[in-house]
Amino acid sequence: MTADGGTRHRDDLSAEAGPSPGSGAGATRGAGWRAAGMLCWREIVRFLRQRNRIVGAIGQPLLFWLLFGTGLKQSFRLSPAGMESGQTFQQYYFPGTLLLILLFTAIFATISVIEDRREGFLQSVLVAPVPRWSLVLGKVLGGSLLALGQGLLFLILMLAISAPPSLASLLAIVGLLFVSALGLTSLGLVLAWRMQSTQGFHAIMSLVLMPLWLLSGAFFPAPRLDAQAGVLDWTIGMVMQVNPLTYAVAGLRQLMFPELPAATLGLPALPVCWLVTAVFAAVAFVAAWWIAGRRTTGDAQ
Amino acid sequence: MNRPRAVEIRGVSHRYDQRRALADVSLEIQQGEIFVFLGPNGGGKTTLFRLLSTLLPVQTGTIHVLGLDASRQLLAVRAALGVVFQSPSVDPKLTVAENVRCQAVLYGLRGRELRRRETELLAQLGLAERSRERVERLSGGLRRRVELAKGMLHRPRVLLLDEPSTGLDPAARGDLWQYLGHLRDEFGVTVILTSHLLEEAERADRIAILSEGQLVAVDTPPALRASVGGDLITIQCRQPGELGPQIQRQLGLAVQQFDGQLRVETPDGTRWLASIMEQFPGQVDSITLGKPTLEDVFIHRTGHRLWQPADQTR
Repeated sequence: MTADGGTRHRDDLSAEAGPSPGSGAGATRGAGWRAAGMLCWREIVRFLRQRNRIVGAIGQPLLFWLLFGTGLKQSFRLSPAGMESGQTFQQYYFPGTLLLILLFTAIFATISVIEDRREGFLQSVLVAPVPRWSLVLGKVLGGSLLALGQGLLFLILMLAISAPPSLASLLAIVGLLFVSALGLTSLGLVLAWRMQSTQGFHAIMSLVLMPLWLLSGAFFPAPRLDAQAGVLDWTIGMVMQVNPLTYAVAGLRQLMFPELPAATLGLPALPVCWLVTAVFAAVAFVAAWWIAGRRTTGDAQ
Repeated sequence: MNRPRAVEIRGVSHRYDQRRALADVSLEIQQGEIFVFLGPNGGGKTTLFRLLSTLLPVQTGTIHVLGLDASRQLLAVRAALGVVFQSPSVDPKLTVAENVRCQAVLYGLRGRELRRRETELLAQLGLAERSRERVERLSGGLRRRVELAKGMLHRPRVLLLDEPSTGLDPAARGDLWQYLGHLRDEFGVTVILTSHLLEEAERADRIAILSEGQLVAVDTPPALRASVGGDLITIQCRQPGELGPQIQRQLGLAVQQFDGQLRVETPDGTRWLASIMEQFPGQVDSITLGKPTLEDVFIHRTGHRLWQPADQTR
C-alpha cells in the first residue's frame, strides 16, 4: 500500500463539483458519457489501424479450432448422453472457441491500457475534468464491441458445421456474447490497470485467464462427481462450477445447439447461465471502476 | 483582493514510500505570471507539477488553483487547468485532428466553438497542413506542438508545462517562449513551467528554486541575481585552499571555494579585482569579473551546482 493509497483519494469524490469558472465550456452532466463514447471510438480506430492485432485475435482461435477440432477428433469420445445428440468435436468445441475469441480480444483490449500508460495518452485522460467511470466505460465498451465483432465473424463459420440458428437464438447469442465480453474486458482491465509492462500481463494470462478458459467446459466437460470421482476430479469439478465462464460457455452451447439434452449433460439451465454471466460482468465492471478511480503514485510516469 | 491567486500552495509535503520528495513548500503565483520552477532532477519540481496537475493526490498541506481546492473540487480544478506533460500524451495512432478532438471531448468542447478553436490553434502552431496525418509520422518538434495544442484547446486560465523545452532545438524553444508570452499578454493566461535550464528561467516573470524537495528562493530573476551581491569575481588558481584564506584575511572579503575555484561576491568588483591582482601576483591563473547569473544564485543558496555530475545520470 502506498502512502497515498486508501479511499480518501477516490478520484470520483468531487464528481458533483460544479462547472469550472476557468474555462468557457465546463464539465456538464453529459460530458462523462461523451468522453466514454470518444474513448470507445478510439479503441476501435486504434484496433483497425493495427493489422497484427486483427490477425492475432482472430487467427489464433481459428487455428486452435481447426487443429484441435481435426486433430482431437479421433481421441475425443462423447459421453452416452452426448452421443444421442450426434455432436462432433468440432461442434462441441465451437462455443468454447467463440469464448476464446472474446477472451483474446478482451486481453488485447486491456493490454492497450498498459500501452496508453506507457505511450502517455492515459495521463492526459487522468487529469481531464471527466469522472473516472467514463474512462472505464469507454475502454470496456470499446473492447467489448471489438470482441463482439470478431465473435460474430467467427460465428459465420458455424454455418459450415450446423444448421443456422433461428433469429431469436441468434439475437440471444449476440446478447450473451456481448455480456460475456463486458465481463472479460472489465476483468482484463482490473488485471492490467496497475501493470507497468505487457510482459507482466502475459504471466497473468497463462496463470489466470487460460486456465479459466480451459476449466470452463470449453475444452472438456465437467467431470462427473460420483463415488468413483477422485480428489482431482472434485477439485476440477468445483472450480468449473464456480468459474463464471462455465456458464457463458454452457449458455452459448445451449443457444447454438438447442437440441442438446442440457440436463442429462449436466449443463446449468439457460436462465442460470444468463444470470451468472450478467452478475460476473457487473461485478467485474464495478471492480474495474473501483481500481481505476484511485489516484496513486503509479499514475505518474 | 477579490481576484483569486492563480495558485496558492500551503505547507505541501510529499513522500514516495520512504523517500521525501517535497518538504513543507508554500508559495503563491499571481494570475498572468510566467512562473518557472527551477531545480535539478530530483529536486522536487516534477512532484510539484504532478500535484498541481492533480495527477497525484495532495498528501499534506493544501493547493488552491484560482481559489478552488485541488483536493475537494477536483473536476473544477481540472477544467481550469491546461496540462502539457513532458512525456508525450498524444495518441500516435490517431491523426493530429483526431487527437485534438479527443481532447475537446474530455474538456466538454464541441460544435462550432470546437471547429473554430481547432482551426485557429492549428494555424497558430503551424500544424494546419499536417492535421490529417497520424502523429506517429510527425517529427519530435511537431509532436510537441500537438501537445501544446491539446493543452491550450479549452483556453485554460492556468497552463502547466513540465519541461516544455525538452527535445526542442533553440529556434523552436524561442518560438515556444514567444507563444507563451503571447498567451500571457493577450489572454492573461498564467503560465507555470518546470525547467532545469537557466537561460529559460531567465525569461520568466518569477522563479522558484527547488532543491532536495525544499523551496530555496522565490523571486524575479533580477532580484535573485541582486541577492547574490553586485559583482562576482571568479578566480582560477593552483592552490585555492591556500589563496582563499589569504584573500579573506588580508582583504576582509568573504571567499567561497567551489569546484576548485574561488568566488567572491562583492558590490564593488572592479576595485577588489585590482587589489587581488596587486597583492597576490603569480598565484592567480585567471580572474574574471561578472554579474551573477541564476546559476550563481543557485550555488549561493544551495552550495552546489544546478547540474551535478550525478544528476546527469538520471
